[in-house]
Amino acid sequence: MPTAISIKDLHKTYDNGHRALSGINLEVAEGDFFALLGANGAGKSTTIGIVATLVRKSAGSVEVFGKSVGANSYETKLDLGIVPQEVNFGLFEKVKDICVTQGGYYGLPRRLAEERSEKYLKKLGLWDKKDQQARNLSGGMKRRLLIARALIHEPRLLILDEPTAGVDIELRRSTWKFLQDINKSGTTIILTTHYLEEAESLCRNIAIIDQGEIVENTSMRVLLKKLDTETFIFDSREDLLTAPQLNGFEIELIDSHCFEITLDKSQDINEVFSLLDQQGVKIKSMRNKTNRLEQLFVSLLQQSKIRQSQIETEKEAG
Amino acid sequence: MSGVSAHYKWIAFSTLVRKEVRRFMRLWIQTLVPPVITISLYFLIFGNLIGSRIGEMGGYSYMDFIVPGLILMSVINNAYANVVSSFFSQKFQRNIEELLVSPVPNYIILFGFVIGGSTRGLIVGLVAGIVAMSFSGFYMHNFFIALTVVLLSSVVFALGGLINAIYANKFDDVTIIPTFVLTPLIYLGGVFYSTDLLPEFWRIVSLLNPIFYMVDAFRFGILGISDVNVVYAIFILLIFVVVLFSFALFLLHRGKGLRD
Repeated sequence: MPTAISIKDLHKTYDNGHRALSGINLEVAEGDFFALLGANGAGKSTTIGIVATLVRKSAGSVEVFGKSVGANSYETKLDLGIVPQEVNFGLFEKVKDICVTQGGYYGLPRRLAEERSEKYLKKLGLWDKKDQQARNLSGGMKRRLLIARALIHEPRLLILDEPTAGVDIELRRSTWKFLQDINKSGTTIILTTHYLEEAESLCRNIAIIDQGEIVENTSMRVLLKKLDTETFIFDSREDLLTAPQLNGFEIELIDSHCFEITLDKSQDINEVFSLLDQQGVKIKSMRNKTNRLEQLFVSLLQQSKIRQSQIETEKEAG
Repeated sequence: MSGVSAHYKWIAFSTLVRKEVRRFMRLWIQTLVPPVITISLYFLIFGNLIGSRIGEMGGYSYMDFIVPGLILMSVINNAYANVVSSFFSQKFQRNIEELLVSPVPNYIILFGFVIGGSTRGLIVGLVAGIVAMSFSGFYMHNFFIALTVVLLSSVVFALGGLINAIYANKFDDVTIIPTFVLTPLIYLGGVFYSTDLLPEFWRIVSLLNPIFYMVDAFRFGILGISDVNVVYAIFILLIFVVVLFSFALFLLHRGKGLRD
């Protein structure tokens, strides 16, 4: 599979001495839906800033579809669409003008820029707002306008920096569906997000960045396998006064119809069902508790911090 | 910068100019009306009321004498103000990033903002000229020279506005140069008087003021009178265009205040 983006030994130290990136290596295959996770200040936005040429790298290299990224790299910029974390369009401009103008910056003739604006504003549910000033849009609509603007030149690689931050659940899910559709049509997507459920639902591969270093880079499937425990939520058919008592399992009653059971790697879900059946507990439905990635994320960051403090201790000692 | 076709450059340039023009036309009550009111007051007070007591200057009535300088003053003020406020507010709101992440070359960004600013300067200058005709007669000694000077002057000050905006970190910074540098230079640049009236020392000091050459050359184009050779004045204007353009382009290449 050809590489959409290749980052090698990327360093960034800001003028104030803050070291944001300490030698990042990352490859994302063409067609991938890739998550870049990290806590605030971990280096995600700096990495994206360097790819977008808004931040100058201190050392290392970045290639987009095999072409080096620099402030004047015309071809890489044509292949790249950026959805920034902060709203950065003119708030007094009309919604459609924002998209058409961006099309012009990418060399689209006006008629084509207008057609594309209509296409993406309709897909993102903003067409009826096309003649409104952008400042009148809701927070979620502004975020979707950022996505429409980034797609106007139909880039092969779309990078989204927390695209659904502060967006309500319904809009978030419709945005996910839209992103899945454009990924299926061939656009490579890199996503940073604080919603770990979002990364888990959408992305096939994942990298976790902490203190300017990649601490994990693997497929979502492999990463989730590393979970030591997994929690399932059960809905019972009848009222429960207390949580069922299953020997060897950690169970918590959430309400009179709902309880959760945490299993470690050695335990089997079939055993849970047979024990519940023996106790006469009828199960209506069962679902995975959607914080699996969150558990992993926290544990990986803790491991990274421990490693970092060990290195510092060794340095001080040696 | 391989692969950038002339067609692409034209689309990017015309998009940027269209956006800039749309901006000042949308804000016409703030951008186009005030300079016309100001210049009308100048004509009324300095030209009509006080000017009638001053008598002739350079062979023309005082009103006719000050018209070219006042038109040029509105052109350069507006060319400067448009670029400094547009570029700085885009930098402040971070929508300049729309341009920086796109493949638009820096010199097209520069051309786009400068032509946008010059366009506002020229529109205000045209309206000021129409207003002037209701106060004084219509004169046009040499249309080509008048047009050359007004175009070059608007470009020089649009470039100055862009450089000011690149260095500005807060809104106060965009008013410092117009208040403490531009306004004194305009008022001491021969808009309201001929330098022949000044003592020798102050006449020589006036020669150091670039606005003096613009006003003098524009007055030559309109009325046919000047204090210095008009070719010399246009040459100095061309030098300013080249130097300021090169410096602004250098700042954009370095990403001064724009790229971390």
